[in-house]
Amino acid sequence: METLTSIINLSLLASMVRISTPLILASLGGLYSERGGVINIALEGIMLSGAFTAAAVTALYHNPWIGLIAAAGAGLAVSFIHAVASIRFRANQVVVGAAINILFLGVPPLMSGALFQSTGSTPQLPREQTLPDWNIPLIGQVPVLNQLFSGHKPIVFFALAMVPVTYYVLFRTRFGLRLRAVGENPEAADTAGISVERMRYAGVLLSGLLAGIGGAYLSIGQNSLFTRNMTAGRGFIALAALIFGKWHPVGAFLACLFFGGAEAISIRMQGVVAIPVQFIQIIPYVLTLVVLAGFIGRATPPRAIGQPYVKEK
Amino acid sequence: MTDGPKYAIEMRGVTKRFGALVANDRVNLAVAPGSIHAIIGENGAGKSTAMNILYGFYKADQGQILIDGEVRSIEGPSDAIKLGLGMVHQHFMLVDTLTVTENIILGAEPLSGMAIDFAKARARVLDLSNQYGLQVDPDARVGRLSVGQQQRVEILKTLYRGARILILDEPTAVLTPQEVAELFSILRGLREQGKTIIIITHKLAEVLALSGNITVMRDGKVIGGLATKDATASELARMMVGREVLLRVEKREAEPRSPTLSVQCVSLKNPDGGVALYDVSFTVREGEILAIAGVEGNGQTELIEVLAGLRRPDSGEVRLDGRNITPLGPHERKSLGVAHIPEDRRRRGLLLDFDLAENSILGLHSDRPVSGAFLLNKQFITARAERLVKDYDVRPPDIKLAARGFSGGNQQKLIIGREFDSKPKLILAAQPTRGVDIGAIEFIHRKIIELRDAGAAVVVVSAELEEVLSLGDRVIVMFGGRIVGEVDPKTVTEEELGLMMTGG
Repeated sequence: METLTSIINLSLLASMVRISTPLILASLGGLYSERGGVINIALEGIMLSGAFTAAAVTALYHNPWIGLIAAAGAGLAVSFIHAVASIRFRANQVVVGAAINILFLGVPPLMSGALFQSTGSTPQLPREQTLPDWNIPLIGQVPVLNQLFSGHKPIVFFALAMVPVTYYVLFRTRFGLRLRAVGENPEAADTAGISVERMRYAGVLLSGLLAGIGGAYLSIGQNSLFTRNMTAGRGFIALAALIFGKWHPVGAFLACLFFGGAEAISIRMQGVVAIPVQFIQIIPYVLTLVVLAGFIGRATPPRAIGQPYVKEK
Repeated sequence: MTDGPKYAIEMRGVTKRFGALVANDRVNLAVAPGSIHAIIGENGAGKSTAMNILYGFYKADQGQILIDGEVRSIEGPSDAIKLGLGMVHQHFMLVDTLTVTENIILGAEPLSGMAIDFAKARARVLDLSNQYGLQVDPDARVGRLSVGQQQRVEILKTLYRGARILILDEPTAVLTPQEVAELFSILRGLREQGKTIIIITHKLAEVLALSGNITVMRDGKVIGGLATKDATASELARMMVGREVLLRVEKREAEPRSPTLSVQCVSLKNPDGGVALYDVSFTVREGEILAIAGVEGNGQTELIEVLAGLRRPDSGEVRLDGRNITPLGPHERKSLGVAHIPEDRRRRGLLLDFDLAENSILGLHSDRPVSGAFLLNKQFITARAERLVKDYDVRPPDIKLAARGFSGGNQQKLIIGREFDSKPKLILAAQPTRGVDIGAIEFIHRKIIELRDAGAAVVVVSAELEEVLSLGDRVIVMFGGRIVGEVDPKTVTEEELGLMMTGG
């Protein structure tokens, strides 16, 4: 019983929110891309680019906010490569995504070698050069909520805010309606006078922006340096959450919390339970596998997903 | 209208080439405002190309387009929409997962602040649907609507954008007879309210019933134009095809002999638990054609699948020449002499990216002499494919071309050649002439009747009443997965049949 309470308590929920943050951002990013009809398995690579850029720029300019903006820019740039290849040149979207993922396993070590004479990591940042902890004025007074929502990095609040924002954008705005139409039936959108290319570019670029920021959270929020392959598959877990959440912002958010919670538990179980740590660490991945294989039978992806749009018959 | 321009739309010398193919060759067209103008022609005659040029999908290589008497350059659909054109495509341009209102406003959404003003949009949709008699639920998901209702959404879409000139591409191809009647009254109502309507079709009866003027196209050229009151069906058919065409199926009285197929109390449930077939029984004898009439989705598709061995019935029996074949699969049935012309030829009848020779052996690929012990017998396959292409008049007669490149009629002729070549004793023909030219329809009907006269039993499922009544020696009607009656094709009227098909 003591073991159980030491694992499951309020601070577990707080750490679940923290761990879920990069997943939420990448997942919502993927949602914009895939709702527009472009499969984005490059989330992993985009997150890596964001994480590395954030840490490297912060190390060079000593300001995490500049690092954060640079990470967003890096995400945009990488997703732009994806967009040009898969939309303009109609390349196979899965292959493009895989190529980006492989590319960004290699780019950060190369760059860190050039910039910092290291083999994959960026220099350790002093604490004041990582993103600050924020408290929300009113919530600080409320007993349970203050433990859950106080003292997080700004990106955590940004991610939480992006869930309703994405819902609103997708289901209430002109942009969202058009994006969904393009992902379901691009021909119909085209005949309605909507530029399929432009909408898809927007969707993919948004995915880059959000996943890049999600990556920055890892290197200058949760940690204070970039280490080799520091995303460790989070981009893929975000993708799984997107599918598990049926391409719906709230669904994806809940799925991210689920996966984030699993990781939070596995971290707390280490050293508390007499199971080798390696087994505990694989819990989130096994859960992803089980969930994807077993529970999402009826999820229908956007109908035109993965298909380049060719106008002439 | 006295001082307005003489024509709502004029095309002058419009030419469009796709590579070596001249899809439109100096096409001239003039459509009077406030009229219903029909453009008729076989598949590949260039009707759709001409309309796609008008709507800005394609750019003409030469020629001029005049809207309301002024030369216009139409670079894309949005230009066409601005000029007051609206197009209802043959394959609806709708997003199934969106609501009716969302589909209608897509691309022209009313805003309040940053959000779409859904209340205003909905009110506008209701207004339009009342004004023009296009009843449809603005909040329904489009994917759940019937085809007829989806078409109304398409028309509403164009009206919402302020279309004055409506182009409808093969609007009746997918409709039931009742829906066709409703569509026609809607179109007449639109004309009364001053809209100009262009309808592309190859169904002559509809042209004669609806339009005021007709333009006939063939091989990319305009063959002629005439007022509908001066036109006859046989004259139009001759202009379309370029030779005399038999519009009525000519056949001798059937001479049925012993039963070939007998279906006994077959029932089938859909995966979702709904009833697909309920207690279906009938027999088909050697030398007769049994036609099954019914609105699509009333069990005909499932029945053919059960007969072809693609699905097992939950109960009941299928017997061929007295032998119970219920447990047999498609391949075993095929070797017993069952031929199947599937309803969806692009999905089930052909491998679109395979060439004709490869497509000509589908289903036979593991049997001798098509296949040896390990290898396909290329020589035999080539020779057989060449012969089929010749005997069944598949054009162009090139067995190395991918099936995708052929017109619907020629694809269907290849399937029919493949299936009929082995002299089957039972033929299952589902929508055998859907999307097929008049000339090819005549040919397909003749081949079916030839095999009947040679002693085959034939089951024909068709959504076309005319086809059911002219081809069938006996006609049964399906509704809601049951057989609701048998009628005599010689005496029944289309109205009576239509009523039975809708459960009346």
